[in-house]
Amino acid sequence: MITINKLSKQYNGTSVLDIEHLEIQKGQAIGLVGNNGAGKTTLFSLLLDLIQPSTGHIISSDVRIDQSEDWKPFTSAFIDESFLIGYLTPEEYFYFIGELRGQNKADIDALIASYSDFFNGEAVGQKKYLRDLSKGNQKKVGIIASLIGNPRVVILDEPFANLDPSTQIRLKKIIKELANDPEVTVLVSSHDLIHVTEVAQRVVLLEKGKVVKDIEKSSATFKELEDYFIGISESHAPVAVTTEEEEEEEE
Amino acid sequence: MIKQFLHLEWKSFIRSAAFKQNLAIKILMGFGALYFIAIFGLLGGFSYLIIEGLIEDGKIISDNPFDVVNQFLIYWIFADIAYRYMLQKMPVANIKPLLYLPFKKGKIVNYALGKTVLSFFNFLPAFFFIPFSVVLIIKGYSITGVISWHLAMLFITLATNFLNVFMNNVDKVFYPVIAVMAALGLSQYYGIFDITLYTGSMFMFFYENAWAFIIPLLLLIGTVYYAYHYFEKQLYLDEGLKSVAQEATTEDLSFLDRFGKLSTYLKNDIKLIKRNKRAKMTFFMGFAFVLYGLFFMQDLYADINGMKVFAGLFCTGGFLFSFGGLVPSWDSSYYKLMMAQNIPYREFLLSKWWLMVAATVISTLLCSFYIYFGWDWWFGILAGAVYNIGFNSSVVLWGGAFVKTPIDLMTTKKAFGDSKAFNAKTLLLLLPKLVLPVVIYYAFALTINETAGFIAIATTGILGLLFRNKIFDLIEDIYKNEKYDTIAAYAQKD
Repeated sequence: MITINKLSKQYNGTSVLDIEHLEIQKGQAIGLVGNNGAGKTTLFSLLLDLIQPSTGHIISSDVRIDQSEDWKPFTSAFIDESFLIGYLTPEEYFYFIGELRGQNKADIDALIASYSDFFNGEAVGQKKYLRDLSKGNQKKVGIIASLIGNPRVVILDEPFANLDPSTQIRLKKIIKELANDPEVTVLVSSHDLIHVTEVAQRVVLLEKGKVVKDIEKSSATFKELEDYFIGISESHAPVAVTTEEEEEEEE
Repeated sequence: MIKQFLHLEWKSFIRSAAFKQNLAIKILMGFGALYFIAIFGLLGGFSYLIIEGLIEDGKIISDNPFDVVNQFLIYWIFADIAYRYMLQKMPVANIKPLLYLPFKKGKIVNYALGKTVLSFFNFLPAFFFIPFSVVLIIKGYSITGVISWHLAMLFITLATNFLNVFMNNVDKVFYPVIAVMAALGLSQYYGIFDITLYTGSMFMFFYENAWAFIIPLLLLIGTVYYAYHYFEKQLYLDEGLKSVAQEATTEDLSFLDRFGKLSTYLKNDIKLIKRNKRAKMTFFMGFAFVLYGLFFMQDLYADINGMKVFAGLFCTGGFLFSFGGLVPSWDSSYYKLMMAQNIPYREFLLSKWWLMVAATVISTLLCSFYIYFGWDWWFGILAGAVYNIGFNSSVVLWGGAFVKTPIDLMTTKKAFGDSKAFNAKTLLLLLPKLVLPVVIYYAFALTINETAGFIAIATTGILGLLFRNKIFDLIEDIYKNEKYDTIAAYAQKD
């Protein structure tokens, strides 16, 4: 489904991402973990052709992402609030995305209704523009919008951050459903190892731009990841000089 | 403590995005400031002599120049209030992080208010009043009187500064003030009621009574006191520091669905204009250009036919230039979304194009009153309109492709001074927009006749319409080439 080949990204000579080869099978749910500056958001931005790779490329369903735009109809994402149109109400935003993805108003209304428990009476139907919603509610809207139009690749950057506990539980349910769909490939990043190991079928650990671990999830995965990060925090290697770009990446 | 505050201030100044702009613009702004200082200084130094001369010539009826200045001071003060309101920023932005730190609230307020005193707006008047006062003393006015008058002016200037603190963001106060000022000016002009007779003697009072500067001093103390308490009350996250949320209104725009795929973007663009301060202002400013042609009605331009072409371009193209020149920056805050969605550039651009065409047609209709000034004006406007619709609408989008300034849709403060929006390429594209039609006009008007000139401009416009798709191909390529740079530029915050 998605093949990453010799992919790297450098800013002013500093490498922020360097992946020799990574293959993601169709229908898999991938959890991406790593400390700040590990390159998670950089990888997602490359998957969406928002930045240009320094070397290498990504192929998604036979489409080379930096050369063709044909990946757009089957890929959707929520990375940050720059994916939201602040002056629209959540409903208008859903309709807009829906129209871009060939859905009619009735489809969208049905979708909103089916996720009413996720919104929990907030966010939708409130006479508020997206810019005036709280961060958590904005995030809910962004996540649901990324499910519009039956995308085959769904990319969610830190979807659990800023969400209240109930919504986190509901979101885990939603992602698991997507993960169980053999047609849908999901990529989720998170700093919360419990969430990641719960929803993902495979966990990729990035450290300073490189793939350090790539494990099929099992009952031992959480312990393995935790031990790895404990190891890092205890050894606390001398602080690497982070460039401005890296800091921005992880904002 | 104050040292740390100043330290913060210095860093916020040198690290601001605006400061990092290119050197040329900084130098230009520096010259702008110097220009104003020079103008005010010269006015201060010479206005006494100039007015004296005018009185001798009988153009102004008055006893002495000082009276004249005192009479018009009331308009000076109104104008001061007006441009402060529009341009002077309030120092609330950096306050939030200070709230959690162990400062007394009073200190933060003092600091924020103290900062407003250092504004350029408070220093500029000094460049007028100091030389003027010196001239008064040289001309033999009483020294104590002049000092009292001068102090009064200083205190009034500072009082308007603090008045602005609590007047800011209160449109209810501002617009009546402007209306009253305009009404007074008009009634004085037509000799109905002359307020300056009363206010003139009021300002004279400060001169005649050496103690009288106490009155504006008390006024100043009053405004400082009020501003202090107003500001202190605002220092809560749910008071002054809160961003005000509008209640969302949804409108039915489904009638636009007849435009097919375009309607998706058209609906969005209309909401963009309706719901965002900055876009709304650009929209109204665009239509205000309809009146711009009146400037060309002066005798000075009456015989220059090229001016009619200019007038035609500006009157009908106000919205086109002001809005179109900033495509795609209007969508900057969610540009990543647009780039990750399946959006063909052409449809995205066509939606903006149709908006501009519609606005140009409406402006042209609004311009029909120019027929009153003569049919040749009307022909100039029609020719300009056709040129705008056919040719400029595409060229403007072309220029926009190079503009990489993110737009903050919610503020209007920077609407006048977005210097980053000007770069060499956009300036170069002014040539086909404004200069080319004038050249075309003269090429035909001088060789054949005036009508041929107008027809030639309109024909160029129609040609542009025929080649629109070709120009759009070109723009699409630019968009694709600039995509990553544009995304990166829009991600930068001030």
